[in-house]
Amino acid sequence: MSVSITSPNFKENAKKALDDVKLQNSRVHIEKGFIGKRSKSIAKVADFEQMREEGRAIKNHVLAHLDIYLEKFEARVKEAGGHVHWAATAEDARKIIAKICKDVNAKSVTKGKSMISEEIGLNSHLEDMGLEVIETDLGEYIIQLRGEHPSHIIAPAVHVSRKDVEAIFREKHTHLDKARVFHQPEDVLAEARAILRSKFQAADVGITGANFLIAETGSAVIVTNEGNGDLTQLLPRVHVAVTSIEKIVPTLDDAAVLMRLLTRSATGQDASVYTTFFTGPRRPEDPDGPEEFHIVLLDNGRSNMLGSEFEEMLRCIRCGACMNHCPVYHAVGGHSYGWVYPGPMGAVLTPSLIGVDKAGHLPNASTFCGRCESVCPVKIPLPKLMRHWREREFERHLTPKAVRFGLAFWAFFARRPRLYNPLARLGMAMLKLLSGGKTRMKTVPLAGGWTKFRDFPVPEGGTFQSQYKKRRKEEGAAQ
Amino acid sequence: MSQSQPSAAKPRVALFVTCLVDTMRPTIGFASVKLLEDAGCEVEVPTQTCCGQPAFNSGDMKNSRRLARQMIRAFEGYDYVVAPSGSCAGTIAKHYVEMFEEGTEWHTRAQRLGEKSYELVSFLTDVLKVDKVTASLEKTATYHDSCSGLRELGIKAQPRKLLSSVSGLKVKEMENAEVCCGFGGTFCVKYPEISNDMVSKKTTNITASGADMLLAGDLGCLMNMAGKLAREGKDVEVRHVAEVLAGMTDTPAIAAMEEEGISR
Repeated sequence: MSVSITSPNFKENAKKALDDVKLQNSRVHIEKGFIGKRSKSIAKVADFEQMREEGRAIKNHVLAHLDIYLEKFEARVKEAGGHVHWAATAEDARKIIAKICKDVNAKSVTKGKSMISEEIGLNSHLEDMGLEVIETDLGEYIIQLRGEHPSHIIAPAVHVSRKDVEAIFREKHTHLDKARVFHQPEDVLAEARAILRSKFQAADVGITGANFLIAETGSAVIVTNEGNGDLTQLLPRVHVAVTSIEKIVPTLDDAAVLMRLLTRSATGQDASVYTTFFTGPRRPEDPDGPEEFHIVLLDNGRSNMLGSEFEEMLRCIRCGACMNHCPVYHAVGGHSYGWVYPGPMGAVLTPSLIGVDKAGHLPNASTFCGRCESVCPVKIPLPKLMRHWREREFERHLTPKAVRFGLAFWAFFARRPRLYNPLARLGMAMLKLLSGGKTRMKTVPLAGGWTKFRDFPVPEGGTFQSQYKKRRKEEGAAQ
Repeated sequence: MSQSQPSAAKPRVALFVTCLVDTMRPTIGFASVKLLEDAGCEVEVPTQTCCGQPAFNSGDMKNSRRLARQMIRAFEGYDYVVAPSGSCAGTIAKHYVEMFEEGTEWHTRAQRLGEKSYELVSFLTDVLKVDKVTASLEKTATYHDSCSGLRELGIKAQPRKLLSSVSGLKVKEMENAEVCCGFGGTFCVKYPEISNDMVSKKTTNITASGADMLLAGDLGCLMNMAGKLAREGKDVEVRHVAEVLAGMTDTPAIAAMEEEGISR
């Protein structure tokens, strides 16, 4: 059972989010934190534009040859002693991973952060089977305790204040003294570390995602700042990496280019604290490592995007820069988007994966300001893709009737200047009359959406075209 | 003002005033005419309605194409098309080609029109090489960078360059001048709460800058910000940058406060 979908209720979600004081207070971490950090780090790069171009070129090349690189990857993984599983749907992926766990009589599973595991609803599926599932990324751990889903693809608990972290730790870590004081953030960290330490050791299966898959070596790479990825994939007997098919890149060099773009765009780091490449299970000469290695490759709608007008979305390397810079995301936070992927990338990807009938609001809740596109490390034209969704909705008559009617009415006249222009003059004259000689109006008929929050500036009166024609005539007559 | 047109003939500029300027604030149209004529252009105003952006952004491709064809027919016979708006100029310059299939006659015509279509201020500086104006104004202004102009057309330095030549005018930058004001065409009425959040952040930054005047190059943004400033009771004079550059600031500002308001 996948994560529940509330995207159709985006407007209601957004209203609640705007009234949520705690959430609004947490915005600063993104608006001041992430934006500033990224901009500082890319300023140190000699030619960041060139790097973005390289990133785009690598991903476009891969997408044009996806089957070749995936098959090459599979061969290398098998050579290294690993197992490759192909999952066409979310349900397939859940079943495959569940079977792997069952086959080794797993009792507990540790998890590195994986948005794909959110997409397929893995945790609840495994828990229903009787397994203990422990998120080891600190942010994921916090929201797991709170029974929430991530609100950001890089910083899943960015919406949770330190006070609320302390509160949930106090509530859930019942083996500790309820009256203990957290003097500084390090105390919270230390507590989580101590608990997770024993979980890491006890886990039968470790499940991670993968930031990139490398075809030339059959390797996968994960980046973490906490080292939890290492402990998740190293310590248990079985390591399962689950990720989506478009994560593949041809060579280690290609992965290096994309990783340089990823860490700078995401958190403003030149490199994450831990960067882990893994290839297959442990070899005889290895000091540690899993005995079994499985990679689960998920499609779940991605191959359908190839060759479509949404193909460019598959370039996404999941850095989160788009949402970090999006004023709509700042206003409403990640949970408002109602599914796994928030912000601009979520607005484009979600309709592809769950249908535009459910996710229709997401590509509509945008001013097309273009800030997302300007920071995307692989140059995805996000506003254009959102607009393509609006075209699809319009074709399928999913656009609200009032909007369709309004557009048709307006377009009828706009196409007929001889009708439009005198009608515009009339309309403006009527507005002026309504305004009673003022320059601003507090209410305007049919414009409640505007006047609820803003005054309406009254038109000057007379259209430019009619005045201009008049003046030209007068100038002509005067000569 | 300086002007370095090598050819003897005056450039024939078709002014696309934009539907908002045409209906809501003709002063901007007249300011545009003045600036273009002062820079040595022959200005004409072909019969016009709208570039089609509302239809385009709503996914209504049929009406987008109809309106684009109408614009192309009316404007393609001139040397240049100039509009006092980054978003409308951007639609013509960058998006008309997206409306028609490559290789078709309309795609070619759209491309040709796009190549000679400009936003007003950047046309003056980048094409006509205007580097100063003769206007004067004793005010402290802050400039909002409208999104389409900034990100689609690269308009950033040009308005500031010409504003710096307005004698007596100080320009003070606000924090987050490049962040969207929340207008976004139909967005502001489809998602009014989110739009309100964005414009509230913008008005906070405007007043924090200490400026007593707000300028920008797009009337939609200006009406949105002026409307919010008015609702909040903040006394900031809001105008289109063309009005200041043309020295035409004796008309009431956008949503001007009552004491200054003069009804026509």
